[in-house]
Amino acid sequence: MKTNDLILQTTTKVVLFIIILFSFHIFFAGHYTPGGGFVGGLLTSGAIILLMLAFDMKTVSQILPINYIYIAATGLLFAGGTAAGALFFNVPLLTHAFGHVDLPILGDTALHTATIFDLGVFLVVVGVTMTIIQTIGEDE
Amino acid sequence: MINFLILPLLIPFLTGILLIFFAKNVVIQRWIAAISALFNVVIAFLLVQKVRNDGIQTLDVSSWQAPFGITLVSDMLSALLVLTTTIIAFTSIIYSFRSIGVEREKYFYYPALNFLIVGVIGAFTTGDIFNLFVFFEVLLMASYVLLVLGGTKIQLRETIKYILVNVISSALFVIAVAYLYSVVGTLNMAHISVRLDDLGQSGIITVIAVLFLIVFGLKGGIFPLYFWLPGSYYAPPAPVMALFGALLTKVGVYAIMRTYTLFFIHDTGYTHQLLMILTIITIVVGVIGAIAFSDIKKIIIYNIIVAIGVILFGVSVMTPDSLTGSVFYLIHDMVIKAALFLLIGIMIAITGTSDLRKISGLIRRYPGLGWTFFIAALVLAGIPPFSGFVGKVLIVKGGFESEQFWGAGIVLASSLLVLFSIMKIFINGFWGTPQDYKGETNVPVRKLLIAPVILVTISVLYGVGSEIIFPYISQAAETLANPSVYIEAVLKEW
Repeated sequence: MKTNDLILQTTTKVVLFIIILFSFHIFFAGHYTPGGGFVGGLLTSGAIILLMLAFDMKTVSQILPINYIYIAATGLLFAGGTAAGALFFNVPLLTHAFGHVDLPILGDTALHTATIFDLGVFLVVVGVTMTIIQTIGEDE
Repeated sequence: MINFLILPLLIPFLTGILLIFFAKNVVIQRWIAAISALFNVVIAFLLVQKVRNDGIQTLDVSSWQAPFGITLVSDMLSALLVLTTTIIAFTSIIYSFRSIGVEREKYFYYPALNFLIVGVIGAFTTGDIFNLFVFFEVLLMASYVLLVLGGTKIQLRETIKYILVNVISSALFVIAVAYLYSVVGTLNMAHISVRLDDLGQSGIITVIAVLFLIVFGLKGGIFPLYFWLPGSYYAPPAPVMALFGALLTKVGVYAIMRTYTLFFIHDTGYTHQLLMILTIITIVVGVIGAIAFSDIKKIIIYNIIVAIGVILFGVSVMTPDSLTGSVFYLIHDMVIKAALFLLIGIMIAITGTSDLRKISGLIRRYPGLGWTFFIAALVLAGIPPFSGFVGKVLIVKGGFESEQFWGAGIVLASSLLVLFSIMKIFINGFWGTPQDYKGETNVPVRKLLIAPVILVTISVLYGVGSEIIFPYISQAAETLANPSVYIEAVLKEW
């Protein structure tokens, strides 16, 4: 018997974007309020896992044709690159820089290189979680 | 350049990441891994020279002042160990080309190997006790991957044991750090030493000292915590076995050396006496295992346990001589154990078995292999002028000076039995009537032999040229014997 997942799938389509927006909010708010790359990454992978539950693995990999191992490696590259960037300025490793930048639309914004490091953490968490889920899920 | 001491750690880290992107292209992986490892040897060598000329190097990561941020410290001991690690990493990588098999290489073998090196070098370089824990985890995670990679039955079984033991010991490590933090309120190793100096040795600190001994003893394999080691090291293929045997246990040994010469030096009557008794039993257990087995892997594995006992006996005696001997013997042992594992790896590849009773007469067809093994055996046992000699002489001298006649005597006697165990392999395996083995023509013995020959050459030069190397070793031992040097280098204004 073919089951009908109409309600689950429709709800997922709505809820998915709310979860992803929330995870981005958590990620960017990490410096001043609870949150950061780790929780943000887990929430994003939670959203993708919800998509996998509502549809199936094959459909999701068509929607998001991503090799998650490369995502994790890219994240490591971001974090390692932020750390190694200090080498070029002859300051101790991982010394972060920050400042106020006048962006076109957002106006005066405080930017900090720790965010790039956090983005690395975010990507590693998404990559690792999704690799684990995908490998176990596709295992026969 | 102020970041120089982090380079040996950063290079394998970035290499490991880069290699993930080339997972399916084995040739590119090999080239990148080998070149970066060779480059790292050069960097580590320059670091040793820098420490020799300018004294202890420290780096306050993120520009935070010493006790508040993470400080990386490269004194002579850690610089020498980093150099040894990079050499072993390079030789294991070039040995892997011909032996590990494309299937394993495609499944992130080289990235895992590079992350293992990151963990080992980080553990040798860090000056923060919790950061030490993190680097322990980095190297352990990588070692789980390397141990299980390939997925044969024995590997799966032994990996479960290995992970179980290490998860428990890591939990104990966290608990020990939590206790220590609640007593001294700091995590910086130099700062902990200062605080412990103010407190003197109260009962709780002795308890923490023993807890640390249990934790690092489990990682390093001292009696009675070595039980997981013979089985787990038996499972993986030869280059991984060489990395494990040469590096992993030695990180535990290094951690005991560090904590027992920097932190817990106020009630040596109890803690160091305990360490001494355990190390002596470790030596005895190790030699019993080494002479009991007729399996070549098991013989070398039990020789690791003997060496751990000998090195830590030198630490427990705590005289300048014995500490110098321990440092000398530690580096000697790392190099020669890696060489021996690679050599028996070739023997197993030729004969298809590790049972000594089924091997004989190898020297007729493989004289290069035979004589390299013979020299390696002499080096291991400490026949003068080879490198095992100087370290052991100093350890025994330190033992007699502080009137530990039993301990020093057992260290001396152990050499004889180690020589016996290793000569048993040579006599039974290489002499006798030559046999035909299935599939031996497919083994590229000459190409495999490059890596162990490099290691044995280094080992011989290390012994013959001990006159030149000795100033470096004694500089390393000076920091151990006199912790205030270390503290002043880290906490500048204290």
